[in-house]
Amino acid sequence: MVDIPLDQVAGIPPAEVGEVELYHPRSWWTRYVFSQDAKVIAVQYSITAMSIGMVALVLSWMMRLQLGFPGTFSFIDANQYLQFITMHGMIMVIYLLTALFLGGFGNYLIPLMVGARDMVFPYVNMLSYWVYLLAVLVLAATFFVPGGPTGAGWTLYPPQAILSGTPGQDWGIVFMLASLILFIIGFTMGGLNYVVTVLQARTRGMTLMRMPLTVWGIFTATVMALLAFPALFVASVMLLLDRLLGTSFFMPTLVEMGQLSKYGGGSPILFQHLFWFFGHPEVYIVALPAFGIISDLISTHARKNIFGYRMMVWAIVAIGALSFVVWAHHMYVSGMHPYFGFFFATTTLIIAIPTAIKVYNWVLTLWRGDIHLTVPMLFALGFIVTFVNGGLTGLFLGNVVVDVPLSDTMFVVAHFHMVMGIAPIMAVFGGIYHWYPKVTGRMLNDVLGKFHFWVTFIGAYAVFFPMHYLGLLGMPRRYHDIGETSFVPASAHDLNAFMSVAALIVGFAQLVFLFNLVWSLFKGKQAGGNPWGATSLEWQTPETPPGHGNWGKELPIVYRWAYDYSVPGAARDFVPQNEPPSGVVAQGAHP
Amino acid sequence: MAVALILLLVAIASVLFHIYSPWWWTPIASNWRYIDDTINLTFWITGAVFCAVIAFMAYCVFRFHHKEGRQAAYNPENKKLEWWLSIGTAIGVVAMLAPGLVVWHQFVTVPADATDVEVVGQQWMWSYRLPGKDGRLGTSDARLISSENPLGLNPNDPNGQDDVVVQNDDLHLLVGKPVKVLLRSIDVLHDFYVPEFRAKMDMIPGSVTYYWLTPTRTGTFDVLCAELCGAAHAQMRSRVIVEEEKEYHAWLEKQRTFAALSGQRDVAKAAYKTGSE
Repeated sequence: MVDIPLDQVAGIPPAEVGEVELYHPRSWWTRYVFSQDAKVIAVQYSITAMSIGMVALVLSWMMRLQLGFPGTFSFIDANQYLQFITMHGMIMVIYLLTALFLGGFGNYLIPLMVGARDMVFPYVNMLSYWVYLLAVLVLAATFFVPGGPTGAGWTLYPPQAILSGTPGQDWGIVFMLASLILFIIGFTMGGLNYVVTVLQARTRGMTLMRMPLTVWGIFTATVMALLAFPALFVASVMLLLDRLLGTSFFMPTLVEMGQLSKYGGGSPILFQHLFWFFGHPEVYIVALPAFGIISDLISTHARKNIFGYRMMVWAIVAIGALSFVVWAHHMYVSGMHPYFGFFFATTTLIIAIPTAIKVYNWVLTLWRGDIHLTVPMLFALGFIVTFVNGGLTGLFLGNVVVDVPLSDTMFVVAHFHMVMGIAPIMAVFGGIYHWYPKVTGRMLNDVLGKFHFWVTFIGAYAVFFPMHYLGLLGMPRRYHDIGETSFVPASAHDLNAFMSVAALIVGFAQLVFLFNLVWSLFKGKQAGGNPWGATSLEWQTPETPPGHGNWGKELPIVYRWAYDYSVPGAARDFVPQNEPPSGVVAQGAHP
Repeated sequence: MAVALILLLVAIASVLFHIYSPWWWTPIASNWRYIDDTINLTFWITGAVFCAVIAFMAYCVFRFHHKEGRQAAYNPENKKLEWWLSIGTAIGVVAMLAPGLVVWHQFVTVPADATDVEVVGQQWMWSYRLPGKDGRLGTSDARLISSENPLGLNPNDPNGQDDVVVQNDDLHLLVGKPVKVLLRSIDVLHDFYVPEFRAKMDMIPGSVTYYWLTPTRTGTFDVLCAELCGAAHAQMRSRVIVEEEKEYHAWLEKQRTFAALSGQRDVAKAAYKTGSE
């Protein structure tokens, strides 16, 4: 056999820079608390996000108790109901999903998957987490301030968000806006890190078109978030000024509780444009990492390359770009100029095409695969069902005239929970079951995992699928009690009660998951370095869990894409990305 | 095996639920039947795609689940198949979008013979204003709002003197006559929502929004607020009564004009000042 020198292998550039000096922890505090290791920061982000997510889960139980059995629970009144829906929505969308996908999965997976030692700015990365934690604490504090949290709805539409007549108008809204501003500052520090790391710190041979789709999804979502969050940032600052200093950015001449207010000259619609310029990309900021994770789960557990990798990458990029020109489909009945409807309906329905391509390629990856029905694979299948369902109802709401009767009804609530609640959380769970062995060195319990999956999947579907039909009936959202309404039959109340029971069961199944996370940490089966037989770099680390710096003495060199599963003629049914083609001498990445 | 069956059952149960659901839209009472038709069309197309994708996925799980000795195929891409699927999807999208945009064009094009009706939202009640004999509504301004003039109508506008003001009471509409509903709010966002009419639009303080419809059958319909407007959002109710010409005019006769209402208030004020009853 002739040795081929490394610099003659296509796609492997020579090493350009030497090893960077990492800040190694010197004490328990800098190892586990003020750590600059992206993996520790990822775990910190995940635990914080899941903790505040538990609060939002409990709030959803309160809402479902009220909707299923109105008038039964004296501790829930109209004001509290509005506060519950507001905090539930805000926490789930921003403080749980965004933080978990980007701060959690992003921090853990980006450096490992692209073959870097850490994020490029470890200190800023650490700051990002601490600012995020501060944002969460300010948010949680609103439960204890006079008047309680804001009940303006998670969209915080002015004028009502800052006027009396809305609960939490006094302190709650101020804390909420302050918390959002902090969150965005913290996210920006993390986001710049993720983008620069992907662009600058990939190991030799890791071309962009060899990156796992998880990295593509998180990378594109981060770029989008860096462009979209500033819109929310300025909207929050302006609303805060309106509330505290009496400016009138969003406040026209209006009456507050029968008295002419001091405001005048502002535009409530301007806030909606700013909010949704952030808010729509936000949907894809949550969806794209989920797309990436699901692609990798399906490929790994079906032992088959992802079908149409290049198309998948371009679909991610196209969706990311298009999502910036569709925001006003949230505003079809806002009173903006009606002719906007033609433009935004067209752009919105065009997004369906790259999105559909992704779905086709997932199911075509299953075709002629070797499907292992592991827990991550089950969650991936559950993701496809709920995402396809929620994506298709998006075609109703995106098509401007169809949106007119359905907007602001339970149909909208059902749609967005299916597509950006249940589907992304399926990806989160699938991802956790998949990567937990790398993070801890132990497997999560399989029986508990399967129980968790089936209850969550069937239960959540039973909550949100029938909910569409209450919306078709005309039942409006954000009503704590529909009361006596001529067009609502008694059976609709029974359906609501059924959905509430299902929601409570799903909620309790999450406790099984939390138990599994803790129990398996101590008692789980030893995982080894690569329990799933996966190709991507994070499974090829010299130690599991990976140490600080990830790769021991030498960085890996990448010779192939991340999807060489079941390659004809190969010895095993997977070929790791860093396995050299036969004849190449494996050398160190650094001379 | 079981997994494939459950996935298939989810799709079948969804279709059966759709067919047998007793929860369906309210019987329509306006000319917007086209909107219902577009929803139905969208249900057919998206329902077919949903069933096809889930059934295909269930088949894959059934046929290709792991068995000893099975090896997955290696096929990185198939450009032709991917393009055909994209084109097929594009056709489906156009089939929903095109009729949708046509109906939207009708929705935003108010017929010339539509009469104006103003709906005013405030926390948490509805008021209405109809043009008087001159067929025109007078101007209004939030700065004119006071306890004597709760809707902020312009007392110096001659067009407004004969406007019929219905405060915190039911709205009556004439069956078969197109109306342009002018929507105004004096405090926060509201949304005038009558499920049977299918139409809906937010009301924004500081501007006047609108939609139009023709009531097509008589009856009494609930009015709800569809845009979160604070603590009593769910209790912000009213009713619309659609009726024949005779009943409608009998109702209209009994309503009072802006001039009459302000005159009455002037009398009341004068009486208060002089100390008499």
